[in-house]
Amino acid sequence: MSTAYESQLEVSFDVPARAPFSTVLQQGQELAIMDLGGNQAVDFLCYDANDTSKRYSAAATIAAQRNIFLTTGSVLRTQEGAPLLTVVADTCGRHDTLGGACSKESNSLRYGQHTRHQHACVENFLIEGAKWGLGKRDLVSNVNWYMNVPVEADGTLGIVDGISAPGLEVRLRAETDVLVLVSNCPQINNPCNGFDPTPVRMIVISPGGGE
Amino acid sequence: MSTTATTYGARDHARAQAGTVVDTMPSIPASTWADPPAGVAPEALTWAETVAGGGYTHKVLARGTRLRLTDVDGDACAHLLLFNAEGPWERLNVADTVKVQWNAYLGESVALLSDQARVLATIVADSGGRHDALCGTSTVDGNTERYGDGSPQGPSPAGLPLFTLAAAKNGLEPRDLPPSLSFFQGVRVQPDGGLEFTGSAGAGRSVDLRIEIPSIVLLANVAHPVDPRPDYTVSKLEVLAWHDRPTTPDSPEWTHTPEAQRAFENTADYLTARGIA
Repeated sequence: MSTAYESQLEVSFDVPARAPFSTVLQQGQELAIMDLGGNQAVDFLCYDANDTSKRYSAAATIAAQRNIFLTTGSVLRTQEGAPLLTVVADTCGRHDTLGGACSKESNSLRYGQHTRHQHACVENFLIEGAKWGLGKRDLVSNVNWYMNVPVEADGTLGIVDGISAPGLEVRLRAETDVLVLVSNCPQINNPCNGFDPTPVRMIVISPGGGE
Repeated sequence: MSTTATTYGARDHARAQAGTVVDTMPSIPASTWADPPAGVAPEALTWAETVAGGGYTHKVLARGTRLRLTDVDGDACAHLLLFNAEGPWERLNVADTVKVQWNAYLGESVALLSDQARVLATIVADSGGRHDALCGTSTVDGNTERYGDGSPQGPSPAGLPLFTLAAAKNGLEPRDLPPSLSFFQGVRVQPDGGLEFTGSAGAGRSVDLRIEIPSIVLLANVAHPVDPRPDYTVSKLEVLAWHDRPTTPDSPEWTHTPEAQRAFENTADYLTARGIA
């Protein structure tokens, strides 16, 4: 546990390598996501907890901030443009929201049909989302915390070696009540996890000691 | 007393309007379109329409359809969504489209991928070169802030409510709307991740899509969400579609990249099992 948060801590939970996680943040609460082993992609979707038809939009977020990278100050927005979460601290530097989640299906295109039966982020989102009544239609392009996806001048884009390290952390403030779905990415075929998925820590904080 | 004060007069007045031709409207049947593309028989046309700036349209297209979007006057912006007509929970996946093909920009031979690793449509010709897969479409609040109004009935409609209407007419709900693509108003990524708006490539440019799986096509012709111009600027969009042939293993698009080849193989596998091809 991060001692800096001890007085404000609500929950701290280590998500095992490859596993899903979900929680609801009350407005004003903060979620810290800590990269324990370093270079671990954390696939992330969020919804207005009171109306899950209002959900994260990578496109609306990018258009509003005029930049493809997420870092301190970035506001994660619904497709209608409403703020869901604000990045209030980031010791990594930048995060991706272009690449979306890995799936058994997209793995078949990226690496070959031999990867079809590997566990993937979309499986985690479907299983964890089902607990909240969400289905496939509710899954859209997501955030990838700690994943490094540069775009070259000619448009070439790809997941490359990460810029994260053990202990780095991104912290989000809930601007409304927010349902968060997490897939601690199981991908073993590209550098997003250094080819070796590791656990991440989720810390829910109530600044001021909670309600 | 006016001529429309009686039912008979009102009926005559309404019927007398038939046959009116305006600048932005569909031609029905499509074969009546005055100017078919070179080499295309008028009776092969299945969709012929000019969409006003701020307007939207939609159609279900067969596999093997060629869909041509034309920026007639140089300020169209065609926002596009695609769904598998046989099961619309399979739909355009912009993240997979850019990630799987290792490119953030749209152009000739790019496959528009579904979330099931199949090709819904292929870009087979492009004289525009300025398109966008990153910013999605515009919102009511965003347009209201920038232009004073974003509602569908107002002077500066946003793309999201127009997509919502087009989706509803195909039995789809707001949660069926993923991020969309836009054609004819481009964006480029700077080294620091910032976006540069490139605008249009000019009047008369067009993009041709080949439909690979029977698809619900939603189109909204609205100003791009990061268009920096102070006025809501969007001109008419021409939409033509005609019966053609789908991509086959001897088409250059099939082997354009190893990823595209597997996507076409996945598509053929699905269509064969489904009994569509």
